[in-house]
Amino acid sequence: MTVTTLARDSAEVLADRILDIEDLSIAYRESGQARRVVHGVSFSVAAGEVVALVGESGSGKTTTAQAVIGLLAENGEVEAGSIRIGGVEVSSWNDRRFNAIRGKVVSLIPQDPGASLNPVMTVGKQVGEVFRLAGQRGEAHIRELVISLFERVGLSDPALRYDQYPHELSGGMKQRVLIASAIALRPRLIIADEPTSALDVTVQRRILDLIDDLRRETGTAVLLVTHDLGVVADRADRVIVLRHGRIQETGKTTDVLEKPTSDYTRQLLADAPALAESAYREAPSATDPVLSVENLIKDFALGRGQSFRAVDDVSFSVSAGTTHAIVGESGSGKTTTIRTLVGFETPTGGEVRVLGQAIDKLRPDALRQLRKTIQLVHQNPFSSLDPLMSVEKIIEEPLLNFERLSGAERHVRVRETLDRVGLHADLLQRRPRALSGGQRQRVAIARALVLEPRILVLDEAVSALDVTVQAQILRLLVDLQERLGLAYVFVTHDLAVVRQIAHRVTVMQAGKAVETGAVRDVFDNPVSPYTRDLIAAIPGGKRSPFTRPRRRR
Amino acid sequence: MSNYLLSRIGQAAIVLLLAFAASFLLLQALPGDAILIKYQNPEMGLTPEQIAEIRVLYGADAPIWVQFGNTVWNFVQGSFGYSVQAGVPVRDLIAVNLPATLRLSSLGLVAAIALALLVAFAATLAPLRWLRSLIASAPSLLAALPVFWIGIVLIQIFSFRLRLVPVINPNEFQQLVLPVATLAIPIAAPLAQVFIRSLDEIEAQPFIAVVRAKGASRAWILFRHMLRNAILPVLTIAGVLFGDLLAGAVVTETVFGLNGLGRVTEQAVSNQDTAVLQAIVVLAALGFVFVNLLVDLAAPLIDPRLNRKIGAAA
Repeated sequence: MTVTTLARDSAEVLADRILDIEDLSIAYRESGQARRVVHGVSFSVAAGEVVALVGESGSGKTTTAQAVIGLLAENGEVEAGSIRIGGVEVSSWNDRRFNAIRGKVVSLIPQDPGASLNPVMTVGKQVGEVFRLAGQRGEAHIRELVISLFERVGLSDPALRYDQYPHELSGGMKQRVLIASAIALRPRLIIADEPTSALDVTVQRRILDLIDDLRRETGTAVLLVTHDLGVVADRADRVIVLRHGRIQETGKTTDVLEKPTSDYTRQLLADAPALAESAYREAPSATDPVLSVENLIKDFALGRGQSFRAVDDVSFSVSAGTTHAIVGESGSGKTTTIRTLVGFETPTGGEVRVLGQAIDKLRPDALRQLRKTIQLVHQNPFSSLDPLMSVEKIIEEPLLNFERLSGAERHVRVRETLDRVGLHADLLQRRPRALSGGQRQRVAIARALVLEPRILVLDEAVSALDVTVQAQILRLLVDLQERLGLAYVFVTHDLAVVRQIAHRVTVMQAGKAVETGAVRDVFDNPVSPYTRDLIAAIPGGKRSPFTRPRRRR
Repeated sequence: MSNYLLSRIGQAAIVLLLAFAASFLLLQALPGDAILIKYQNPEMGLTPEQIAEIRVLYGADAPIWVQFGNTVWNFVQGSFGYSVQAGVPVRDLIAVNLPATLRLSSLGLVAAIALALLVAFAATLAPLRWLRSLIASAPSLLAALPVFWIGIVLIQIFSFRLRLVPVINPNEFQQLVLPVATLAIPIAAPLAQVFIRSLDEIEAQPFIAVVRAKGASRAWILFRHMLRNAILPVLTIAGVLFGDLLAGAVVTETVFGLNGLGRVTEQAVSNQDTAVLQAIVVLAALGFVFVNLLVDLAAPLIDPRLNRKIGAAA
């Protein structure tokens, strides 16, 4: 595959190439040993082109992108091959030489806008810095430049924004600020490293539109690093699929997505929720709800007698063996809702009933006992497991809290549960550090299951995982539900995942449930404009089963 | 803001009262007192009756809670009582000795901060990796050294071996340089430790990579981005280390034979001169509370996020 790509690339006019990577190998030095993470990667990016580097975590996509702008971690090293920017070999450059082209020829749009701005400096100063570093002087002059840039990237009230601090802006606004500094000096190449992974879908679409517009206007090339094939389908001219630091497949986006030649790409396509064809789940025959929420209201005091209504009159119920999804963007109140379900917050109004018991009427000890019935699985398996405990201890802990069992009995229960989530008993003595993301989330699910609860509340339980792993965990959840008759409350921001796993869904916006119903109805005939917006914003629109003309029905 | 300030001042008053009560009770709990130590001396040849009279004169015969009330009331009015040993008002004793100690400790603090910054900058900007970690490990060593030992070693090296600083008839600079260094080193060490750690944490933040991607040099990143982010924990620790500064002044003045509150404290302790000790405890607590109030007020100026009135929920 690589050979054919090279042949085609060499046919292009050489001067037209902004970035030319040939046979690049990169290794990290760890305690004297070199561990190679990128193996002989070659590709090029022409002026005005968007090339996507796709792969899962550990595929070497970010390492490759970092090498292009000379930002490899201190122990990283280009072992072989070449990186040419505008025809100039840069792979052996030191930091100081790189500074001459950073921002001016190559710039970066980072992954997480929340952590990518200096929290104690105004955003205006941070963008102005790009001009200062390029040798421009004059406070008023730079301020003017920055304000017009802010206008260009679609920030409202640009003059006001100049003097604001990052914490005063939303995630989308912060990303616009970062884009402003990336385009300030009209570089020839922008490296966009997962530029929208941390943003809500509707914001994601607007930011990607913005990058598209700016690129068209200035002829800047974009190297788009992403794990999201939906984004690739919508935005990239060409795509390079990486796995374990090796190129699996390259080609025009439409070719790769429609006629993938490598097994790995086919796998990725099958696992991407936004692109995968899958039928709606049919709900089992209705039974009495195990969990019901009626007119739930939750206010938070803001001080001075003011309060903020995080959840505003939300009602739904969940039957055994079914999945109820709660979808919404950040700040929609979905997290507060489920924190109330598990008794971490007391409702201001309304009622939450678990197996018929109103949980806000329970005394503390009864509430504690309730945790045997309803368990929570957290979003991030990298932070929800105690790094100092072994897998066995982690899964065993709830048993120590609730059951009077002998050591041998506990051991049996832990092994059974581990087996249930598809993990081998070899892992029992490992610590979380030694596990992959998917294995960690399985451990977290096992910990929730060990008490044999009736209800699992899953808070963005697959959001932090790679698509392939995500697909595996979703299959595991469906399987467990069918075998154990579990009820799930599944919180997510990803509508595509809802479609795969849920029977019913509540769409939340600003604390209100704007739409509740069977998944099929909500997707096929969305009533609220907000739901329609969310569905339209799912990346991969060109290929997505949501927006493509339906073949059936 | 004014509400905040008022409540902080209220808190400060409570802290002062508690410090006062605790020291009062501790000093009362000790067997004997300053009057006995001074007047029971056989050389004075006083009869037990005469001593009892003196005790009445000093108000030392009243029940303990009356004495406590009297002392608090006198303190509130600004009267700290008399030093039994020196026979002068405690206020005069403090007025005479405070300036020297203030000078020593403020110079010590400034030197400590300068030293800590220097070490931290060197540990961040030094060109080679091994050199950086070598510099970064120095403060741990220095933090482990006791003040009096540093003082003695400095005198040994600079006065006796190298003869750079004369011990007899030094000028003002020569008189202060070694004590200030003695005081500064053990304060600078934990400051530098915290600062280096804090700089390391900030350097690992994604926003630093973004600044590097703009083409900024290491020095630019350190001074324009890392410094202000990293300084807050250092300030907090500096507030706590103010206590060490006072304790350090006592030892340093004793080792170097300087006059000041440290010496006064040391003598008052050996003579159980309650009134003096009480005044010094309150003065130290006052300074401590004041410094920490300043630190808390300065924090939102450094980090604008702390200005936020409401923490967003969930």
